[in-house]
Amino acid sequence: MTDATQHPMDGPTPDDALRQAKAADSVDDQGRLLAADGTPLKRSLARSLRVQKIRALALIAPLLLFVLVTFIAPIADMLFRSVENEIVPETLPRTVQLIGDWDHNSGEAPDAELFEAFYYDMAIAAQLKNHTRLGTRLNYEQTGISSLFRQSGRDIEDIGDVYVDQFEDLDEAWEEPATWLALMGDADWRDSYMEWFEGEQAGAPPAFQPSAAASEALPRTVEMYTLFSEFTAGARRDSLAEDEPWPVAYTALYQDLTAQPSATAPFEGEMATLVGAAEDAVADFETVDFRSYFIDEIDEDWGNPEVWATIQTFSGPFTAGYFLNAVDMQETPDGVAMQPDDQRIYGLLFKRTMFMSLTITFCCIALGYPVAYLLATLPMRSANLLMILVLLPFWTSLLVRTSAWKVMLQQQGVINDVLVWLGLVGDGSRLVMINNQFGTIVAMTHILLPFMILPMYSVMSTIPPSYVRAAKSLGATNWTAFWRVYFPQSVPGIGAGSILVFILAIGYYITPEIVGGTTGTFISNRIAYHISSSLNWGLAAALGTILLGVVLILYWAYDRIVGIDNVKLGG
Amino acid sequence: MNDVVITETKTMPMGFTLPVVAAAGAFFGLFVGTAQGSGLLGILIAGVLCAAIAYVAIFVVGTAQERAVRWACVALFALGGFLFAGIPAAIMGALFGWFIGWFAYWIGRCRYRMTLAPYLTSGQVLWHYSFRVLCGAIFVFLITPILVVMPLSFNAENFFTFTPEMLSFDPEGYSLRHYRNFFQSSEWQHALRNSLLIAPVATLLAVSFGTLAAIGLSQPHVPGRQVIMAILISPMIVPLIISAAGMYFFYSRIGLQGTYVGVVLAHAALGIPFVIITVTATLVGFDRSLTRAAANMGANPVTTFFRVQMPLILPGVISGGLFAFITSFDEVVVVLFVGSANQQTLPWQMFTGLREQISPTILAVATILVGISICLLTTVEILRRRSEKMRGMSPG
Repeated sequence: MTDATQHPMDGPTPDDALRQAKAADSVDDQGRLLAADGTPLKRSLARSLRVQKIRALALIAPLLLFVLVTFIAPIADMLFRSVENEIVPETLPRTVQLIGDWDHNSGEAPDAELFEAFYYDMAIAAQLKNHTRLGTRLNYEQTGISSLFRQSGRDIEDIGDVYVDQFEDLDEAWEEPATWLALMGDADWRDSYMEWFEGEQAGAPPAFQPSAAASEALPRTVEMYTLFSEFTAGARRDSLAEDEPWPVAYTALYQDLTAQPSATAPFEGEMATLVGAAEDAVADFETVDFRSYFIDEIDEDWGNPEVWATIQTFSGPFTAGYFLNAVDMQETPDGVAMQPDDQRIYGLLFKRTMFMSLTITFCCIALGYPVAYLLATLPMRSANLLMILVLLPFWTSLLVRTSAWKVMLQQQGVINDVLVWLGLVGDGSRLVMINNQFGTIVAMTHILLPFMILPMYSVMSTIPPSYVRAAKSLGATNWTAFWRVYFPQSVPGIGAGSILVFILAIGYYITPEIVGGTTGTFISNRIAYHISSSLNWGLAAALGTILLGVVLILYWAYDRIVGIDNVKLGG
Repeated sequence: MNDVVITETKTMPMGFTLPVVAAAGAFFGLFVGTAQGSGLLGILIAGVLCAAIAYVAIFVVGTAQERAVRWACVALFALGGFLFAGIPAAIMGALFGWFIGWFAYWIGRCRYRMTLAPYLTSGQVLWHYSFRVLCGAIFVFLITPILVVMPLSFNAENFFTFTPEMLSFDPEGYSLRHYRNFFQSSEWQHALRNSLLIAPVATLLAVSFGTLAAIGLSQPHVPGRQVIMAILISPMIVPLIISAAGMYFFYSRIGLQGTYVGVVLAHAALGIPFVIITVTATLVGFDRSLTRAAANMGANPVTTFFRVQMPLILPGVISGGLFAFITSFDEVVVVLFVGSANQQTLPWQMFTGLREQISPTILAVATILVGISICLLTTVEILRRRSEKMRGMSPG
């Protein structure tokens, strides 16, 4: 200590800076360093760090936003679709409210109340043409429902027509759209609507406003008429002034009139007479029992409790049904059960996808390791030359390579021709090498091989050759030197390449589609089938979500082993 | 390649040379024999013939007349092939003659040890060359499919395989009709136009957004760098079929499904990871003091970017752009779902062609695409070298 004070030091010390700073007035009273403008250095540094961070984020933000909208949102949409089931509660809102109370173990179809609610839902859906979509949705869970819904949609108008005829026989005014406008609508609304109707009809018509009297006396009818008005507002050709309402509105009117003892009371003038006459007459009307009409006239399947159990099971806005279907299970009213044996295909498909991806990965390791080793040990010039042979397939269009394999592997293709010419295979017994698993494995091994060779090569080229030489000079045989010294150092390359190839293989679509036939297809082909052919988007989304989960786990592993920043392209 | 002689050559004993050369000959003889009906006869004839050649070459003529002997081999087998089965066989024969002439000297004069250390045992030498042959076979596996496509695209017939006319090098067997078909068919031209309309725009989007973001990501302090990187790289990791499914669902919700804009956006998203990866890799070696120096001399950030940073990272940006371009240009799964018939691209047309009506026009297109890939590959390699050189010069 004393030495230091006695002998002036030549080099700078931390103290020097502080002393100089003090001399230059850049330290405040509490000993904090100050920046040139007098603010404490700490705060000044923090501010500049913050500015740097904001600038970096501002540079990244446009792209991040772009990727979030164009890519992440679609993926999120797919995840959502795999559990979404809104079509059932949206199409059958009244039924869904009541069906929870029905006991599916009773062995009988639900009671009249539920059938009544169902009648209204179906009649509206049939007018909006939504019933076929719903039928298709429920058909995924129980075969046959689709045609049941389609047929019922055609027949259901007959119920309403029974009432339409009786009301019109009673008074021809019920046929007139104007009567309905006058009966249902609020006076002010009616004026503005007619103004819109007689004008250019530009834009949307004014939204329907029910009159106070109608809402009080005929609530159901108003509900139906409101739906009808929304429908006409959306459809270009229909309008409230020219079209009489749907038959279901007449059913509602009949029910309102029978249910309310004095429906006429709130009305005045002409309307009071009309409604009064109808009210007196409805007691003698021919009436329709919804339950027996559905079961006896439309389709006896409506008496089948299994149909109702399916609707009950899938009445919620979300469902696990697609996921269960994706793993060969199904949701039943009594809980989760396996699919019948003959309908289990996804387990097989997942197993096959896994098995084939693993086979392809192993083939790639087996073929890629020697090549990567050769490239890493050859002198630079010849290695670069040979590297072109690896990179050319890597850069060549996937479809070019797939079509090349189709050309080579066909029964009348190049390989078979050569084999026949050499006499190894008879002309009559040409080998079947395409449209099966063999074709898929060969073609995909070829396509993915560069993805194995490149990471292996980049690891192997960092292994110093002196290690193997040292091992040999210490008496190791060739095999020991390779297996105990070289191979362990090349394992990271194998790991990186394998995960990369496996991730790519598991989601492949094009190649299996073209050379895979029926036995060589992957789960991705099934996803595509459900999107474009069977239109079961929910199941496609569920299958996709499972596949995505597998890939993300592998990706995480890849990140842990290799680090995503270390991905290299083209050597 | 490597002309240094490590081990002196010497003449091997007759008991070694003759059987080895005979075995090599017999191997090829087997194929010719089976093709003609009798494999055994082929092996015998070829074995004896090759042993005789080796005997004459090594023990009668010797190395002094090597060149003459080897040409004689080529001529002999070419003539034999021609008499046997015309021009194609003559070419095969010439190739085989060249090989056997070289092989006889290579074995007989022990030249195979020339580049190897003298202390290696015979087993090690044998393994060394078997390994090379094995790797050669894998390279053949890698490259053959691409090479087979090219000559087949000149096929005069509507076949996917070599016709007898093609094999006998009859000019009648070749034609440019599939190329003509490609350039005259309105479907293919429509597809080509679509590809050329979609890929460059998608590339431009990916490169401009991607370069900015890569510069942002390479700043020293980026909050949540890992997460951002994972999100930006994800289009490359998520299987295409899943991206396609998600985009199909989402884009039909917002009315982009079946539109040009939708396809371009989707392709740009797929190309972004490649731009990010290549540009960040270039920026790793970027010397930050250069931008500071520029700022010090009064350049504003924009000038600094365009005059200092951009020229240095340009090779990375261009090769990232090429990757993005090839991704979009080759892409078929996403465009199948996101696009409609109006957005049919070249790969889409090839895909339907392969699935439904199989026409060799596909092979003509494939050959053109291989040509394009070769150009792109060359460009990327040149850029990579250039970038490495530039970074090597900069002090960082």
